[in-house]
Amino acid sequence: MGSSETVSPPQTTDMESSTEKQPPEGHESFPAKMVAREVNAFFGKTHALHNVSLDVPEKHVLAIIGPSGCGKSTFLRCLNRMHEVAGGSMKGTITLDGQDTASIDAVDLRRRVGMVFQKPNPFPTMSIFDNVAAGLRFNGMHNRKKLEEIVERCLRQAALWDEVKDSLNKSGMSISGGQQQRLCIARTLAVNPEVVLMDEPASALDPLSTAKVEELIYELKSNYTIAIVTHNMQQAARVSDMTAFFYIGELIEVGETKRLFTTPQKKQTEDYITGRFG
Amino acid sequence: MERDAEIQNVMTTGQSLYHRWRKLKNHGMTTVSGLCLLVAVVPLLLIFGYTLYQGASALNLDFFIQMPKPVGETGGGMANAMVGTAILIGLGALFALPVGILAGIYLAEYGSNPLGVAVRFMADVLSGIPSIVVGVVAYIIVVLPMKHFSALAGGVALAILMIPTITRTTEEMIRLVPQSFREAGLALGISQWKTTVRIILPTALKGITTGILLALARAAGETAPLLFTALGNRFWSTAIDQPIGSLSVFIYDYAKAPFEDWNQQAWAAGFVLISLIFLLSLIFRFVTRSRYGEF
Repeated sequence: MGSSETVSPPQTTDMESSTEKQPPEGHESFPAKMVAREVNAFFGKTHALHNVSLDVPEKHVLAIIGPSGCGKSTFLRCLNRMHEVAGGSMKGTITLDGQDTASIDAVDLRRRVGMVFQKPNPFPTMSIFDNVAAGLRFNGMHNRKKLEEIVERCLRQAALWDEVKDSLNKSGMSISGGQQQRLCIARTLAVNPEVVLMDEPASALDPLSTAKVEELIYELKSNYTIAIVTHNMQQAARVSDMTAFFYIGELIEVGETKRLFTTPQKKQTEDYITGRFG
Repeated sequence: MERDAEIQNVMTTGQSLYHRWRKLKNHGMTTVSGLCLLVAVVPLLLIFGYTLYQGASALNLDFFIQMPKPVGETGGGMANAMVGTAILIGLGALFALPVGILAGIYLAEYGSNPLGVAVRFMADVLSGIPSIVVGVVAYIIVVLPMKHFSALAGGVALAILMIPTITRTTEEMIRLVPQSFREAGLALGISQWKTTVRIILPTALKGITTGILLALARAAGETAPLLFTALGNRFWSTAIDQPIGSLSVFIYDYAKAPFEDWNQQAWAAGFVLISLIFLLSLIFRFVTRSRYGEF
């Protein structure tokens, strides 16, 4: 914390409350969509995250890297309060557009901050169409025409439309793993979130599907704020604008992806990205 | 690298003694489980066959569409008892399904607290209570206030017997649904209740149906709790505030009667009851079959 190059990120007026706390290092240029300050996360007595302060830049891709068990998924799940669903607890503040997420109803928050999981998890009792429409339908939209429109748009956005347009009534489980994951991305996009969190979205996929998902992430960032957790450093380097390195529950370093991978400032970061420890 | 001789020995695929022993064990266990399957299925077939054999002479169209004949007259049927059984099960299900399913949902989704533990424990105890005791309870809470026996009282007794089974299977089946579907629903901004009812419940439906079916089947065959609740009725009645006949009580009465033709009709009624349960299973399976096979 507090390196000499720290520059306070330009912030909108309604975010003043967070400016008085120390912003994390390395935020050179991007305005923040979500701001986490001194976040501590716990699972029972296990202290999973220690004082993490990190900004999620608006309409950019933030990659979170680090070895297994470093707390990167936990951090991601704190952002949309999925952490508490698994029985965890959190201290510190996380804001979305300056509003404390703890004060937003969890259901409303998750409509604005969507999530794609590591393992593709389409709803097994639903068709491909119904999977994409689920979020809207269960929140009260039943206009068939409108739903059809949105489903098509989201499947197109997820680069899946051409592959499934003739089998929209087939089970969401009937397509390949890579297609299922893109279906899950389409499903997440359908509720029109502002932020999309991705928890190792490509780790269960083959290289071709991975490439498709990465391409997709790249395209999505013009409309969405994206935070992606990944084990794969090449992936982080390819898709992200900012990269944060976590190690044993702490944020070690965050910076522009190019800068972090070429001139890491912390020894641990350098060791990790050069593969000297894992 | 030196290969470990012992590992080599174990992992070898040749015709070693160990290899043959392994194959033998494999075949042995397959045979044993096959035999156990037979042991489990044969009694069902025997019972089915024997009731049919004994009751065949009484099984005719009249048995299904006629009313019981007075003592001394031969022939007649059990139309009223079949309708009565249907009404009793229907009433029982009407009370037990909402309570059982909602309680099961509560236990699975919100029940990791002292209340949940207590309810779970009590459901288990309730499922172990002898059915005749449940009959007494229904007698006290329904028959005494109403001052007469009724189908309603029988339905309440059956419901009390069904509730624990339905509750516990619903809970177990919901718990079997992977957490990832729950998270996927919540992450879409779907409320916990809607996630449970619209995503989790359909996924668990097949298992829950099996539980409901077991409960219904058990209730259909219950006799003791009906003896002093629904009582029995030799006449046509579909009123729920009046005593009503049922197959199981008819079997009880007719099987201990000293008349040959009544005994035969008891067998026939037994056969019909088993067939009903069988049919019910098939219908339930068909209705809840998945569009997509797997779930």
